[in-house]
Amino acid sequence: MRRTITFTLNGKPTQIETDDERLLLWVLRYDLGLTGAKYGCGEGLCGACTVVVNDEAMRACTTTLREVAGKSVLTIEGLEREGKLHPLQEAFLRHHAFQCGYCTSGMILSAYALLRKTPRPSMEQILKHMDDNLCRCGSHPRVVDAIQEAAGAVKERA
Amino acid sequence: MSAQEKIANAMNTTVTAEASTVSRREFLGLTGSGLFVFFWAGPGEFFQETPRPPSRGGYPSDFNAYLRIAADGRVTCFVGKVELGQGAMTSLPMLLAEELDVALASVDIVMGDTDLCPWDMGTFGSLSTRQFGPVLRRAGAEARAALLEMAAERLKVPVEQLKVKEGVVSDASGSKRVSYGELVQGKHIERHMEKVGLKPASSYGILGKAEVTARRDGRDKVTGKAKYAGDFVLPGMLHARVLRPPAHGATLKRADTSAAEKMEGVRVIRDGDLIAVLHEQRDAADKAKALIKTEYDIPPATFDDKTVFEHLLKDAPKAEVVDESGDIAEGEKLSATIVEETYLNSYVAHATMETHTATATVENGKVTVWAATQTPFPTKQQVVQALQVAPEKVRIIVPYVGGGFGGKATNSSHVVEAARLAKLTGKPVQVMWDRSEVFFYDPFRPAAVVKIRAGLDSGGKITFWDFRVVGAGDGEAKVFYDIPHKHITSAGGWFGGNPPGLHPFAVGPWRAPSANTNTFARESHVDILARKAGVDPVEFRLKHISDRRMCHVVQTAARQFGWKPAAKKRGHGFGVSCGIYSGTYVAMMAEVEVEERTGAVQVKRVVSVQDQGATVNLDGTRQQMEGAIMMGLGYALTEEVHFRGGEILERNFDSYELPRFSWMPKIETVVVENPNQPVSGCGEPPIINVGAVIANAIYDAVGARVVQLPMTAERVKAGVKRD
Repeated sequence: MRRTITFTLNGKPTQIETDDERLLLWVLRYDLGLTGAKYGCGEGLCGACTVVVNDEAMRACTTTLREVAGKSVLTIEGLEREGKLHPLQEAFLRHHAFQCGYCTSGMILSAYALLRKTPRPSMEQILKHMDDNLCRCGSHPRVVDAIQEAAGAVKERA
Repeated sequence: MSAQEKIANAMNTTVTAEASTVSRREFLGLTGSGLFVFFWAGPGEFFQETPRPPSRGGYPSDFNAYLRIAADGRVTCFVGKVELGQGAMTSLPMLLAEELDVALASVDIVMGDTDLCPWDMGTFGSLSTRQFGPVLRRAGAEARAALLEMAAERLKVPVEQLKVKEGVVSDASGSKRVSYGELVQGKHIERHMEKVGLKPASSYGILGKAEVTARRDGRDKVTGKAKYAGDFVLPGMLHARVLRPPAHGATLKRADTSAAEKMEGVRVIRDGDLIAVLHEQRDAADKAKALIKTEYDIPPATFDDKTVFEHLLKDAPKAEVVDESGDIAEGEKLSATIVEETYLNSYVAHATMETHTATATVENGKVTVWAATQTPFPTKQQVVQALQVAPEKVRIIVPYVGGGFGGKATNSSHVVEAARLAKLTGKPVQVMWDRSEVFFYDPFRPAAVVKIRAGLDSGGKITFWDFRVVGAGDGEAKVFYDIPHKHITSAGGWFGGNPPGLHPFAVGPWRAPSANTNTFARESHVDILARKAGVDPVEFRLKHISDRRMCHVVQTAARQFGWKPAAKKRGHGFGVSCGIYSGTYVAMMAEVEVEERTGAVQVKRVVSVQDQGATVNLDGTRQQMEGAIMMGLGYALTEEVHFRGGEILERNFDSYELPRFSWMPKIETVVVENPNQPVSGCGEPPIINVGAVIANAIYDAVGARVVQLPMTAERVKAGVKRD
């Protein structure tokens, strides 16, 4: 149904008039110009499109606009504050926790949602939480190192 | 045939007689002041070998890369290679900065743009650093030598008394100084590369150092600012969805697009074999495509993923001898035991996270495509042919690419589709394949059969080696063990030239082509021989290796791993595998845990040792080694394309299972210091051991010899019962 949907996007109130059955991924990328979320599978199986909705990691490729109405959406573009990287971004950068980088936005945002709930995750919790985020280049060990390192810093900033 | 030739074959690049090349001056146009060094890097030997080189229509034929030192002191390298994640945009400037004696930060690199860069075959085969690296270093040294001559004249100091630091030339006392930028101010100097000496490894300031050099793509990639082909969003752009057949070999009888046409804002294009629906919104284009009603003739399937191996043995082309010495019959006479086994592997997908994507626009008759491809120049040629336009009317720009591994080397139809549709609609068009299209058109790593017969004498020495590979190709089919009698043949492969119908869909190069298959078979078989001989598998290998570098990597791995031929508790096993790929020596050891009841395998720890000669970027090498282990777990344990004739049953990641975080072993990487050997490949070699190292560890754990990749839980469980 075509209507005006209102939600918070990266801290800013956002309104868009469109079909509310449309998928968040395409709206973010092509209507709102935020291309950090990537298409990888279209069925919520790879995690490249992950965004954070009300502190939960969600797959933007299977989430409709209606589902985010009135909620708060965070994308990779919203993590930097006043030109300063988020501790998770810093840690991914320092550990070179990426190669091709296509899955990286989704990795960082999945990790962000984990740390919001579990600021000091165990190794087991990290592996379980991140398990559905796929990476073909095999940066997994560095992603885990980066998340562990960022865990302390995130708590301080929050 | 070299790997490059095979890629050219697989690309089906048309070799045109006109092969018009332009002069360097025409190509560069007005370039302003500076020092230019032109050089030919990459598959040089290849072009000397082939009678008819691929057309480089519209490009000079005497160089494929050049560098410029400008009046502001900045150094820019122009090269047609692309950044796939392998780190070339970080490591190539390191090579240049080292030889030029300039700050790394003052070196820029322009990659993968067919208007700005000279012709390049493509980015594959671990070639970027291995072949391009030495030439790039010599180009840097050439530029430095030219600048020193100019400085000698300017400062009136003999060249031998000059030194360079961070792009500033000075005399011994430091009182007379001039920068590279000042030297080239107001001048236009062109140099072809001549023979110039390189820095000795002992005076390196940048290369091979333990300090981590920051990746140049890092900040872009952690902030979401890195642009991939699909991130170019142009005003008025249409999203195109192209109609696909249900199976390879199917012919379209009827396509009814009337329902799609009724949707608001939908455009339907029918142009020969191309039927596409386009809309300003991707969602709407998807919906429109789903409304198309089709009827196809699908040829009956004659084989599937289970019967493909018999088919390969029956229909393979004539085998070619890869290597032979001695006489197999003689070897048999010397043997106390003969071991025969057949090894299989299924088709494997590249499954890059980024799907094949291209964004095209036509302005004033010029077509520009931002494209996810490993081969921008051959791809440009395909667009030129499809649109029937002059070469200068097409520009391919390769931004960041979301993974390649060979999967974007030979298949550029997405680029051609985007360009055709942009021309037909007069609007910018984006083609972003969905996951099922990527599986459908992926040039898979081919299914293959390897048959090995080998003998042992009473003293535990290998007497003969009779090796026959069908389907994979001859890469690393040769054996580096000391064996007096051997006969090695290969039939068919991942490259062009297979008989029609051998593979019902495209096959192509997959990270370390052929070598994963051949190494799995060889190293599994050597392990069986070691067990038969009653000798520890590491000791058995060392007894048969005289190559010093090979011995060294195996011994280094054993030390790092703490290899002890001791009894372990059932369910736990150690494995070893070693090999040579792309000039690089690799050895790997692994520990696995196998649940006998289910056949589930968890790899607990992997040690990977690599001697790649000189190292350019140590952290970059480690990233590649770790990535190869993680990626290798997939082809070893789960990755397998299911199909029925030309129908690909794999549509998404629910059935085609990639490695995950929970699979992650403890990984240790060791890079052997060998700075005086030439740089060899780094990204592909370590993956060749992953299949065999796990197979051998599974055997050690539960006594099951699994001879088919992937070693799924079912196959391991069946092996436990069988043995």
